[in-house]
Amino acid sequence: MERKNNNKTRRFLTIVAIVITLFHLIPFYILITTSLKASGDFSSKWVLPTDMSLANFSEAWESANLGTAFINTTIITLSAAVLLIFFGSMAAYPLARMNTKFNKFVYFLFISIMVIPPLTALVPLYEMVVDIGMMNTHEIAILNNFAAFLPLTIFLYAGFIRSTIPKELEEAARIDGASQLGTFFKIVFPLLKPVTASVLIIACVFIWNDYQFSIFFLQSKEVQTLTVALSGFFGQNQNNLNLVAAAALMSMAPMTILFLFLQKYFVAGLSSGSVKG
Amino acid sequence: MSELVRKGQTTIAQRTKKNPGQRKSSLWWMYLPALLAVSIFIIYPFLKGIQVSFTDWNGFSQTKNWIGLQQYKRMLNDPDTWLVVKNTLLYGLGSTFFQNIVGLLYALLLNQSIRMKSITRTIIYLPVIISPLVMGYIWYFFFAYQGGALNDLLLFIGMDKVNALGNPDVNTWLIVFVNTYQFVGIAMIIYLAGLQSISKDFYEAANIDGATAFQQFKNITLPLLMPSITINMVLNIIGGLKLFDVIIALTGGGPGNSSQSMSTFMYDLYFSRQDAGYAATQGVLMAVIILILSLLALVYFKSKEVEA
Repeated sequence: MERKNNNKTRRFLTIVAIVITLFHLIPFYILITTSLKASGDFSSKWVLPTDMSLANFSEAWESANLGTAFINTTIITLSAAVLLIFFGSMAAYPLARMNTKFNKFVYFLFISIMVIPPLTALVPLYEMVVDIGMMNTHEIAILNNFAAFLPLTIFLYAGFIRSTIPKELEEAARIDGASQLGTFFKIVFPLLKPVTASVLIIACVFIWNDYQFSIFFLQSKEVQTLTVALSGFFGQNQNNLNLVAAAALMSMAPMTILFLFLQKYFVAGLSSGSVKG
Repeated sequence: MSELVRKGQTTIAQRTKKNPGQRKSSLWWMYLPALLAVSIFIIYPFLKGIQVSFTDWNGFSQTKNWIGLQQYKRMLNDPDTWLVVKNTLLYGLGSTFFQNIVGLLYALLLNQSIRMKSITRTIIYLPVIISPLVMGYIWYFFFAYQGGALNDLLLFIGMDKVNALGNPDVNTWLIVFVNTYQFVGIAMIIYLAGLQSISKDFYEAANIDGATAFQQFKNITLPLLMPSITINMVLNIIGGLKLFDVIIALTGGGPGNSSQSMSTFMYDLYFSRQDAGYAATQGVLMAVIILILSLLALVYFKSKEVEA
């Protein structure tokens, strides 16, 4: 009797899950069907396109300058991610291991930076960047994103080191005569692989999607990132949303693919902070 | 954790005795580059921003006149300030409320053994990886007055079109909705991780005692989920109060200032109205609001956490 009931509840919950899934898919359905409709096709967004057309994709690619934007975004995202992993893991190590008062203060400082609204700092930063002549350079976007994601990176690495890396390994290496830096990069860093994967994917996703830094510091066409190119394109094509949809779809494709392959690490990274922290 | 720390200290102390030349405290250089980066790109400009808030700087000229508290007086007397603060609080607290309620319900559902749960999970957190700007555009396709999916639907069932994004009473709530839709996946993941770390023994014992499902939720699940609640509350409050991209994409802050957040208002003051001093003053207010609310949330929810 109870078993039967159980099955009924399970079936009911499965239906609930399906309804939720369908609801969450609505925006994607609208985005994809809109992108496939020829410009001038103003049929309802709910209706499938009558003749599928890929013309929007090539036209949007050309006129929104997406090729350059893709290259710029890739350079900025990968460079910032590499810096984050290198310097972030290095910074987290002593902060996780050495519980001195000063280190506690430094750790607290890093974490509390997450509270600062980027825009409060951006106004003076903008002036500084203009002064040192770094406007419209990849470097400034890389450094900004690097600094902005350091607190989260350090938080994730420090939590992982505290909870999973045995000290004995490092001590053995030190006794064998390895240097401090050598111990860290040869012994500790390889053990951080799972959290490095999480940091890499989380940082890539958020830096790829950055709009605030890009709109401030990358205004010229040659250095534009995808979000900036897209917002300009949206401004010009509000009457032709089919084109905008195609551009939006292309801009999110790389991260979506990356995510579908590596979602395990993404989820692990997001949840580890809450459980282990 | 405190045990780990103590263990660590004894080992270091022992080793220092053996090898006084290799004291680990010299490792501070390892966080120097990171500290330098955040000092130059975040802490220094942030402090400089506080300084600018006491000037009449327009954002590009060389002259910055120190005008004391005038910008602060102006801010307190500016009706826009209160509208924008109200919107920002709605974005922050509204999104936090819905993300946590819905995220928790989703996590409870997907923690059951039901079919297709991994697909459902993936689809719910897929939006997290899409840029909030693009997410704003996608929902613009849905809510737009001309040719938006919502109006197509309303016309189809014989109702009148609505100008949802142009209606000041509604547009702020739509932004809360879009932000919740996009980031509910993070809340869900964190709650799922929390649920999975709760030992099954508690529920077995409760079952033997004949506790109902609701009693089990209230007396076991909720208290043990407190660390997840804390981190979700703090993350969502900070994220919601800083909302920028999705507003730019969906309404541009308008019509008028009706859907402006503090972020978009500052951006507007600085770039469109050349009012950098005032923008900085609004920035200080925003930082104070975020600091107070996130600290309150942290302290309140931390105090509710129990030892498992």
